[in-house]
Formats: sequence, structure tokens, C-alpha cells
Amino acid sequence: MLKELSCPKCGAPVTLENERQKLVLCSFCNATSAVDFEDREHPRLTLEESGVIDSVQRIKGASLWGDAWKRLLKNRLAVLGLVVLAVMFFLVTVGPAIFTGITGLTADYIPADGNLLKSFPPSMRHPMGTDEAGRDIFARVLQGGRISLAVGIISTIVSLIVGVSYGAVAGYLGGSIDNVMMRIVDIIYAIPYILVVIVLLSVFGGPNTQVLIQWLPSIIVGIIVGVAAMLAAFWLYRRLFGEMTARNLVERLLRFVVGVLVAVAVFALIGAASYLVGETGIGTSLAERYSDRVNLGLSQIFLLFFALGLVSWLTMARVVRGQILSLKNQEFVLAAKATGVSTFGIIFKHLVPNALGPVIVYSTLTVPSVMLSEAFLSYLGLGVQAPYASWGSLAADGVKNIAIFPWQLIFPGVTMALTLFSLNFLGDGLRDALDPQTRKF
Amino acid sequence: MKNNGTILSVKDLKTYFQTEDGVVKAVDGISFELKKGETLGIVGESGSGKSVTNLSVMRLIPEPPGKIVGGEVDFDGIDVLSLPIDEVRRIRGKRIAMIFQDPMTSLNPYLKISTQLMEVTRLHLGHTKQQAYEHGVKMLETVGIPDARSRMDGYPHELSGGMRQRVMIAMALSCDPELLIADEPTTALDVTIQAQILELIKDLRSRLGTSVILITHDLGVVAGMTDKIVVMYAGHVFEQAPTKELFATSANPYTKGLLRSVPDPAHEQGTELYQIPGLPPDVAHLPPGCPFAERCDRAQDICRTEFPPFVQINEDHHSLCHFAQEVYEESKMTAPTAAARAHK
Amino acid sequence: MALLVVTVTWGLIRIAPGTFYDSEKKLPPAIEANIKKKYGLDKPWYTQYFIMLGNVTCRTMAEDETTINGLQFNVGSSRVKCFDFGDSLKYEGQSVNEIIRRHLPYSAIIGIIAYLLALVVGGAAGLLAALRQNSIYDYGSMALAMLGLSVPNFVLGPILVLVFALGLYLVPAARWGGVLNLILPVVTLSAIYAAYIARLTRAGMLEVMRSDYIRTARAKGLNETTVLLKHALRGGIIPVVSFTGPALAALLAGTVVVERIFSIPGLGNIFIQSVLNRDEPLTLGIVAFLSVLVMLLNLIVDISYGFLDPRIRYE
Repeated sequence: MLKELSCPKCGAPVTLENERQKLVLCSFCNATSAVDFEDREHPRLTLEESGVIDSVQRIKGASLWGDAWKRLLKNRLAVLGLVVLAVMFFLVTVGPAIFTGITGLTADYIPADGNLLKSFPPSMRHPMGTDEAGRDIFARVLQGGRISLAVGIISTIVSLIVGVSYGAVAGYLGGSIDNVMMRIVDIIYAIPYILVVIVLLSVFGGPNTQVLIQWLPSIIVGIIVGVAAMLAAFWLYRRLFGEMTARNLVERLLRFVVGVLVAVAVFALIGAASYLVGETGIGTSLAERYSDRVNLGLSQIFLLFFALGLVSWLTMARVVRGQILSLKNQEFVLAAKATGVSTFGIIFKHLVPNALGPVIVYSTLTVPSVMLSEAFLSYLGLGVQAPYASWGSLAADGVKNIAIFPWQLIFPGVTMALTLFSLNFLGDGLRDALDPQTRKF
Repeated sequence: MKNNGTILSVKDLKTYFQTEDGVVKAVDGISFELKKGETLGIVGESGSGKSVTNLSVMRLIPEPPGKIVGGEVDFDGIDVLSLPIDEVRRIRGKRIAMIFQDPMTSLNPYLKISTQLMEVTRLHLGHTKQQAYEHGVKMLETVGIPDARSRMDGYPHELSGGMRQRVMIAMALSCDPELLIADEPTTALDVTIQAQILELIKDLRSRLGTSVILITHDLGVVAGMTDKIVVMYAGHVFEQAPTKELFATSANPYTKGLLRSVPDPAHEQGTELYQIPGLPPDVAHLPPGCPFAERCDRAQDICRTEFPPFVQINEDHHSLCHFAQEVYEESKMTAPTAAARAHK
Repeated sequence: MALLVVTVTWGLIRIAPGTFYDSEKKLPPAIEANIKKKYGLDKPWYTQYFIMLGNVTCRTMAEDETTINGLQFNVGSSRVKCFDFGDSLKYEGQSVNEIIRRHLPYSAIIGIIAYLLALVVGGAAGLLAALRQNSIYDYGSMALAMLGLSVPNFVLGPILVLVFALGLYLVPAARWGGVLNLILPVVTLSAIYAAYIARLTRAGMLEVMRSDYIRTARAKGLNETTVLLKHALRGGIIPVVSFTGPALAALLAGTVVVERIFSIPGLGNIFIQSVLNRDEPLTLGIVAFLSVLVMLLNLIVDISYGFLDPRIRYE
């Protein structure tokens, strides 16, 4: 005997389980109403304003996100981190303009007053002092903040996009495809990636960016063709062999051969496509047209985004895959399949949103690690080039004069450390908030 | 050493936990007694405090959030609560043993079975490695694990759930303890395995004469196994009685509700299954009065304002309710059918 | 596998503009042609690739070949040579393998000691923090760990130098020498890893201590030390072990910085130089070598993983 009534607060339908029920919880607005059965045929609902019901526990508690947000706010360190980050954001976006407005100094203003000594300690005019070329450090720190944060965030987004897609596909398709994809990840993982990144950056960085532009169309086409070819190959593989494991040696051998052929075909396709595109000369003409327009420093930065993003997508892919694997066997996936949602739809509309928890946590922890990598590259001279600055490059420059002009290192260094601190605390807080098992009592 | 046959006596035990939501009075004044050789069943819903009670007896409550704040636990004349911790350790495993609910996670996955079995006897009985190993094999055989010797060198993940629980039982009984506390030993297992494990416990109990405390939420389990039953709710003992009497003539509305909730195959198809309405209370925010008042179908105003009294129905039977006597009388009237059900 | 890396690196170097013999003035074409001929650069690029590939792996030697690079041995009636990366282009006359061999010990020693230090310090700190959760010690060490994570090592290094070497005269500031010389570079390098390991250990131990089987162990009457060392530790250090794999790869990058700061003639520094100089054989050699090394180490890590967790042993 289920009675359907409307929630007094939001009007959503509410069901009563039996005649003895005293309280009912609205699943839409979470409001609690008292049930009055005086009139058995028409029970009445009155809204409980007081909110906290002492003796009846709410089973359908707040949603995962609401709950997590509340828990996050309780974590003082995380909140502190959040606040600092917000301040930092504000400073770097609006700061330079304000500062320039007040003092007339910009990040790359080099005074031409003929003084040999250009590095001044902090003063009223230069709140953080000046660097070797006479540029105001405060302005540079603010400007550098923009770039540092941009690098951190965008690289993380790059690694997110790549990692989530890769991991989700691997996790969902499962079986041998998953195996292969994760093997690839393992292999790439084992490479000292930094080395390749260093080579990449030194090859394409700086004045050589022109070459990159020249190659850009080929690269893009190559990637597209590669992905398409791989998807086609997987589909073909599925079609030919289904998901069963090989039954005997002959079949295994056959599959291996086919696999190799397919791999070769894929590479050949990529190579051919890139070559063809190169031949058309699109690249060179683009390069010629844009080379004077393209600001070389900026393109270096874009290169950084990608390079750094490529370093961290691996772990992201693993995390996502792990989540997907554990989610995919749950019932709601079955339900979605039963109603005919496509594979693509299932992956991206159902699984990914639910896997977001650890993904978010990992992202907030990737940002600081990317920023550190960027600092490292700047130290080597491969990162952000003058006249642009990032906290890393400022710190790297400042290190040189640490004994004589310590402020050149201290200010950018402390700023960066502070931001990284906050990011880490925030990340920790998020992790604690989203995963109740790691809570401290 | 008391010799009146009581092996465990718990008086007014209170264990509280400090949590984000406030102080949780998981166990708030529990008392019961267990005689040598008896089997006691502790029944209750999740959150009633049954597990905490038994962890308290062995002082296994994690100290930072939890603390035993009051009461007495007397084991064979020893005041457990005031013992220094290393003396408690000497009792644990040797004289009082515990088996836990989830055999999947209760065994250390990284250590061999032999290691885990041998630990107990080497520590408490001073066995050498050889002796402990042989004893372990014997124990595995006793609990009915086929091919015991080769299992010794294996790992927990190689065994099924039922097997693992047997290993836990073997571990617990290695030193022939006087008291075995079984915390929902079968909840995580299939029904058929459940029956096997319960049979095993019964068998070992009669062979070794162990006193047993069996904790469960399943009335069917206690019906066949126990001499007397303690019904817990929201950290309190709501009723305590010898098993048959509890089933036949309960004196507490909560118990009656539990009894009614057990599906009766004899009932007509199509009649609704009974469930006690509402949900278990939030033990951090208990209302004044009887904690069951919200869900009780005979609750009166007094139930909501005053905490129910301890009513002694007869020598072994008491209940915590304002209307214990009335409920008891009612039960007596419908006794024949209820007793018949209990015997099924 | 390593071949893949080598290929990619080779490709990148080839694409890059600039060659190793660049100098201020433009070379007359004749000389340029000569140089190219000497180094085999006049052949088409795919030929060069395959020659390189052959040299790098193994191939039989021609009758009149007498290079001393790489490993040579006799198979049947012909001589076979492997791992010949050729001579460095910038450092005249020195074979790549020789260079690697000469500079490797510096980096290796610093790297190994640094990681061991990180394990010991980080592990102990994390362990204690987990045992005394929420105490001052816990918060303190985690805060310190956070600091270690947020300060780049090229900042930490000079600061340490400033304080301990130049300020307090406790240890020498740079260069390779006795044990004392090692202290600062090793500490600088290990800082970030110690921080990670501390956090991982703490998290891992906390999780393990909460497990049911620890409760069982206590219920058996075992004392806390036994519970900790025998039961908890195995599970708790697993995250650290899995961290070791990628950590070692990153360690290589860290040595670069440390070598620069402390003027240590290690492999990292050489590597950077070779890349900037477009010294192809050297770059390839180092990249290949390090790749293989990292893969080997990862393999070791995977195997030890199996020792710790019997559940994954026979996968």
C-alpha cells in the first residue's frame, strides 16, 4: 500500500512505505516532513522546519559533492590553501595592471639611466627590489605568476584530456585492449621522460620554434590519423577475434602476426600522412606567413604546456582506468547499456563523471609537480625565455646571486613555495574530503 | 578465582567514542553474565553496540576515538578493565579468543597461513616452531580444511570465504581458550556455508567445553545455538532472557518487532512482510526517553520523555521498557504460536 | 623498447636545426663536405638511421674494421660487435661508451646514497607520524615534508650551501672529494624524495593500521611492536615500493641540477651539454643507457613487489 504524495517544500512526489511511517525524506530537496495518518485515506505531510531530526537517521544523506564540500571546509589547512590560492589568482590577473597603474613600472621595463649597479634591494619604489637588469621584481613576480600558474593549469588540463580519454577507453573496453594500452603506458613510464622532454625542448625551443611551426600541420595530421587508425585497428581486431582469449598456439600466433601487421600499418599511415602533408608545403607557407607574427617567447611557452602535459598524463590515465574498472561493473552501467546508450556515450556520460573524484584530487596534485618541473627546465635554460618570466625562471636567475642579492631569489622563491604549499594542502584536503576512509578521527 | 561457574560478568559497561559529530555512546550501561559452558547470543541491528561491547571486553577499542568510560568486566575473577595492557595481552588469544565478521579482511594477506597460526601458540604456549607447525596442521584438520598440510604454506587469498573463516576459528581455538567471542561469524558468508560454520562451532563447543558469545543480527542463527540471548539497541540491553523464553514470551516491543520481522514461510503469499518502521537511531544524537520510542507501535508519552526502567520479569528474564509486564502478558497469550515458530 | 627511445631521440636530433660543427663563421663548402664524409653524413638519412641502429645493437664486423668501441666477441668465424655508439662529436677522439663509463660513477653514487637517505629518513618519519597520529610530531613532520615538496631543488641547494658551507663552515661547498663533500649534494637531491616517501609511508601505514587483520593480530595477544613490524609493515610500505619506480627515473633529472650546483662531473651535466651541442652519438648513448637502466630498475622493483604481496606473485 504505497501512497504517493507531494513534498510540501518542493512538490516532488514522495512515497510512504507503510502506515506507521512517521517521517519522510524528500529525495529531491532533502526536506523532511512529518506524516500525519489521522485520516488513513489521505495522510498529510507537514514540513519539518527544524532541520535536524534527532532520532531518525537520514539514509539518503547529502550528495557526494555536497558532503565532500562540507568536509573540505572543515579542514582548516585546505581552506587556508584555497584562500591563498584565490588571493594569488587575484594578484596575478589583476595585479600587474594595478601595479603598473600605481608605479608606472612594468615587468620588462629596463631603466636606461646608465648606472652600472642595477640591482637594488627592496624599497618603497621597488617593493621587492630589482634584478640584474634593473627590472622591478615585484612586477616580474606578478607577471611570472601568470605564466607559472598558466603553465601549471594548462599542462594539467592537457594531461587531463589525454589521460582521461586514454584511461577511460582502456578501462571500459577492458580485456586485451586494456592490457595492451596499459602495457604501452608501462613502457612509456619506464622511460626517463625528463630526458626526452629536455631533448624536445632544446630542439624546438627558442629560435628553433620556426621549425616547429613548419612541422605543426604534419604533427596534427599524424596524431589524427594515428588515433583514427588505432581505433579502426581495435574495431577490426574486435571484429575478427571477439573478446575471447586465444585457444591454442596457432591462434595466438595468428593474433600476434595480425597485431604486428596492424601496428606497422598504423605507423606507416601516420608516416605517410605526415609526409604528404609536409610535401604540400602547407607547413612551410604557414611558417613563412606567421613567423614574424608569432612571438617566439610565447610559442616556447605553448611548447612547454604540451611537453609538461605529456609527462603527467600517464599516471592520470592509470588513475582513471582504475576508477573506471571498479565502476564499470556496477549496476547503473548495465542499466545504461540496457537502454541502448552507445559505448562512447557510456564512457563519457556515465563513467567519467563518477570517476571524477580521484581525478580531481590527482589534478590538484599535478599542478604543483608540473610547476616544479617547469622551474627545473627554466633552471636549465630550456623553460620560459626572456623577456617572459615565470617563478621558476626568476628563482633560477636569482639563485646565481644568492649571496649578494638574496632578495632576487627570496621573493620569487617564497611566492612559488607558498603557492605550491597551498595547492598541496588543497589537494590533500580534497583527498580527505572525497575519500572518507582516510579521515582522521 | 570465583567458583560459582560464571566465567564472564559485565556490569554497566560504558564505551564512548569521540567523533566529528559529537560523542557517540556506543555502549551505555550494558550488563550480562555468562556461565561456564554457556552460549550467549547478542542480537541487535547495526549500530546497536554489540560489536563494541565485545571489543571492550578484550580492550580492543582504539583509544583515540574510543574509550571505556565506566563499568566492570570480570573474567574468571580478573578485573579486565584495570589490568595493565600487557597482562590483557596475555589473556587475549589464550583465554579469550575472538573471531571476526569478514574473513576476507581479517586475515593478513601478506603472511602465510602457517605463520599466522603458529604465532598464537608460540606466544602463549611456548611452542617451538616444529610443535607450533604440527599443532597448526592439527587445528586445520579439526576445523575441517581438506589437505591441511599443504594449506599451511599457502596464503589467505587462495582460500574461499568459508575456508578462511575456518582458519580464523582454528587460530582462535589454538590455545583452547575458555571463552570464544564470535562477532557475526557468518554474516559475510553464503547461507550454506553459514550452516556449516555454525555446526562447526557447535561441535567444537561441545568437544572443548568452550563458553561462547555469539554476536549476530540474525535471529535464526541464535535460535539454534544459544542458551540465552541479550537483545541490544542503541547501546542498551533491551531484553535478556533464556532463548526459548525470549522467542516464546518476549517482554519487549523491540524484541517482538524483531521476531515479527523474521519471514515465516507458513504465512500466506501476498501478505506484506513486516518491518520495524523507521531506521536505527543516530547514536550521537539520542533523544531523551526511550531510544526506540520513535519506532515503537505502543509508544506513549512517557516513553518519549522518560528513560525506560529495568524490569525484572523473572529470575533470568528482564526487559527495559515502561510496559514490560504488559508486553510479557500479551506474549504469554500468544505463546503457543510463537513457540511453534521458534521451533521451526 | 630502448630502441624506440633511441629512434625517437635520433629523430628529434636530426630534425633540429644546427649541427655539431657549427661555429661562428660559415664553413667553406669543401670543408663542410669533408666533415660530412668523415662522419658518414653524406649518405641519405634513412641509411644513416639504419647504420646507427646496427651499431647500437649488434652487427657483424667487416673484415677491416678495427674500432675499439662497444663490446666485441666472436661468434663462429666472424666478429660481432654491439653497443657501439661511436665517438663523441664534440669531445674529439673519446668514445661515447668511455665517456659514460667515466662519468657514471659520480652520478650513480650520489643518486644511490640520496635515495637510500630518502628511504631511511622519509620512512622513519612517516612511520612515526602514523603511529603518533595527530600529535605535534605528526603535524610537524608532515609540514616539513610539505616544505620539501614545494621548494625546487635548485633553490634548496644554494640555500643549504649558503647556510652550512659559507655560513657555518661545516661542510665544503662544492666539488668532488671526501665524504664531507658528499653531504650537501646528497641532501639536496634526496629532500623531495624524502618528503614524498614520508607522506606515502604515513598514508600507507595509517591505512594498514586500520585494517581488520591488524585487529585480529591484536586480538591474538601480540604486542604492539610485533603487530607493527611483522603484520603492518609489509602492507604499509607497498606504496613506497611502487613509488620507487618512477622516482628513480625522476632522480636522474635531479642529478642534473645537483651536479651543476656543486660542480660535480657527473653524467647529468654531460647529458645537457651533449643535447645543447647536438652531439648526437653522445646524446643517443646516454639516453639509451639510462633508458635501459631505468627499465632494469623498474623490473627489480616489480619483482620485489611480488615478494611483498603474495597476491600478485603469479600474475
